Amino acid sequence: MSKQKTERLLSLVVCLLSSRRYLTAGQIRAAVPGYPEAFDAFKRMFERDKEELRELGIPLETGTNAGADEEVGYRISPQDYELPEIVLEPDEAAVLGLAARVWRQAELAGAAAGGLLKLRAAGIDAEEASQPGIEPRLQTGGPAFGPLWEAVRDGRPVSFSYQAAGRSSPERRNLEPWGVVNRYGRWYVVGFDRDRGGERVFRLSRITGAVTFTGPAGTVTVPAGTDVQRSVQAWDADPPGVRTAVLRLRRGAAFGLRRHATSDRPDPGQDGWDLVEAPFSDVSWYADYIASFGSDAVAIEPVDLREAVIRRLKGALT
Amino acid sequence: MTTGGAPGADQAGRQGRPPRSGRSATATDRLQRLLALIPYVVSRRAVGLAETAAAFGVSESQLVDDLNLLWCVELRSPDPYCPIDLSYEGGEISVTEAESITRPLRLAADEASALLIGLRMLADLPGPQDVPALRRTIAKLEAAAGEAGAASAQVAVRPDARAAAEVQDRVADALRRGRRVHLSYYVPGRDEATERDADPMRLLVVDGRSYLEAWCRRAEAVRLFRLDRVLAVTVLDVPAEVPAGAEHVDVDSGLYHPSERDLRVVLELTPAGRWVAEYYPCEEITDLPDGRLSVVLRTPDASWVRRLALRLGEDGKVIAPAWLAREVTQEATAALAAYA
Repeated sequence: MSKQKTERLLSLVVCLLSSRRYLTAGQIRAAVPGYPEAFDAFKRMFERDKEELRELGIPLETGTNAGADEEVGYRISPQDYELPEIVLEPDEAAVLGLAARVWRQAELAGAAAGGLLKLRAAGIDAEEASQPGIEPRLQTGGPAFGPLWEAVRDGRPVSFSYQAAGRSSPERRNLEPWGVVNRYGRWYVVGFDRDRGGERVFRLSRITGAVTFTGPAGTVTVPAGTDVQRSVQAWDADPPGVRTAVLRLRRGAAFGLRRHATSDRPDPGQDGWDLVEAPFSDVSWYADYIASFGSDAVAIEPVDLREAVIRRLKGALT
Repeated sequence: MTTGGAPGADQAGRQGRPPRSGRSATATDRLQRLLALIPYVVSRRAVGLAETAAAFGVSESQLVDDLNLLWCVELRSPDPYCPIDLSYEGGEISVTEAESITRPLRLAADEASALLIGLRMLADLPGPQDVPALRRTIAKLEAAAGEAGAASAQVAVRPDARAAAEVQDRVADALRRGRRVHLSYYVPGRDEATERDADPMRLLVVDGRSYLEAWCRRAEAVRLFRLDRVLAVTVLDVPAEVPAGAEHVDVDSGLYHPSERDLRVVLELTPAGRWVAEYYPCEEITDLPDGRLSVVLRTPDASWVRRLALRLGEDGKVIAPAWLAREVTQEATAALAAYA
């Protein structure tokens, strides 16, 4: 069954590619073996075949031949079908194989392999081996990546349920997605939040349940000048306002806190302890980190940091 | 779901590939392969069966089936004719006639984007890879893909920038030149700096973190060193000597492999502590009322759990084992004594 179908689809592609004229459904049925005799059954099968070819990216054209008052016909233009000429040097072909491997085990693995296959078919020897010393992977993890990538690619609005950090229950969000961003291994979707009326960022791992398309393709317009790459870079700019903490650390311990110290000297007031100064910007994050060292670390200054550490430790008591 | 009667509303459930809209995936997959097979042979004039089967990831007998199918294509109108003629005598494939399908199909949007995103990510990573070759390949692929590559600009990958630039540069240099390194490395479980010589093998980037895979001369085994935990690195004037038997880490099976002997820890998290489930691989995750979570972690390192519980404070409680919960309370009490 499947073999017959492959054969029929292949014949259909060859037939339409080699014809300069638009071929009517009737002409196609006469030329391509494997279609049923009954016209209704043929029509249904032909409709499905056309759809499958389009899903593969085969540019099926519809039109009528000039001058003739005929019914609508079909053809495939070789210019639209064929991969343009591309020639890669050996070092370029080598990095291409490496780039395809980035997606291994992830959402676009099949697409990367399919693309590589077409380039090999164009005469490029993209071998798996030989690029030395680096092996990056992009994991896509949860189920939200696939539909969100499709939505971004096709310009479709989406809706999903979102468990924001610190919230006790998920909320329904409606988004016009502009792009997906991987920052330090975690995926985010950036877009226009229809409910909040502004640009918002959502972390994919906090999307619960299915992502639903809420409109057809081409209905999302990414505002001119939107640069997804730059919007990510902006997050990396360190918040200004770095402050200095004074910590008392047990000698020979709390090495993680000493790593970034600007000064580290014995505490004259307490034997076996050191006084350490270190920069920090986020009080809450830094207090949590200090608390993780337990009785090996004491926050002395500033007061808000000291109090935040005490709060954390008291929280761990109950 | 609350999409109501929105225009074009449907369920986006496709996960992974290849199933396209869930039907006849095998027939269309095979069609893609067949359409690539003729150009593959034509662009090489003649090519061996075994080599071709390997390139397409199929068995030789499958490949022969494919070639027979291509050879059998017959169009009936106006006059019957066979558009494809080929032979694979003596194990070598050649194509003598292949009207109209001598070039591969254009790249689809997913295919062009997957490759371009991978290439751009590689070009941005600090490592030993050939960046000029990457830039040339990106330009050529963009030109060949045309519109199909456009959507890739809507995906951005920001590589790990938490390691010191100097560490990244020196590790890349050692890999490029095949040199041994001396590492000063922070081990958080023991909260100490360690010193060792290592022979670099590869730079791995997994889950957004960069690791040096190297033969550790102290442990006499392959080890992964997270670059943001490398305190200092010196490139030595000695060639790296990785033993022949040293096996690469299997990047695709995950870098973290819990063992049955590991400690099984149950944590209860408040909404503010849910990040734990996102950052650490959990064996079980159970939703509790009010947005709280119960998670099960496995770790060989009880002191790591103690630190995690202290930093979580009221946002995360050790439920089991009970002795570990008591240790957390004791340590918090001891720490608070310093503030009395």
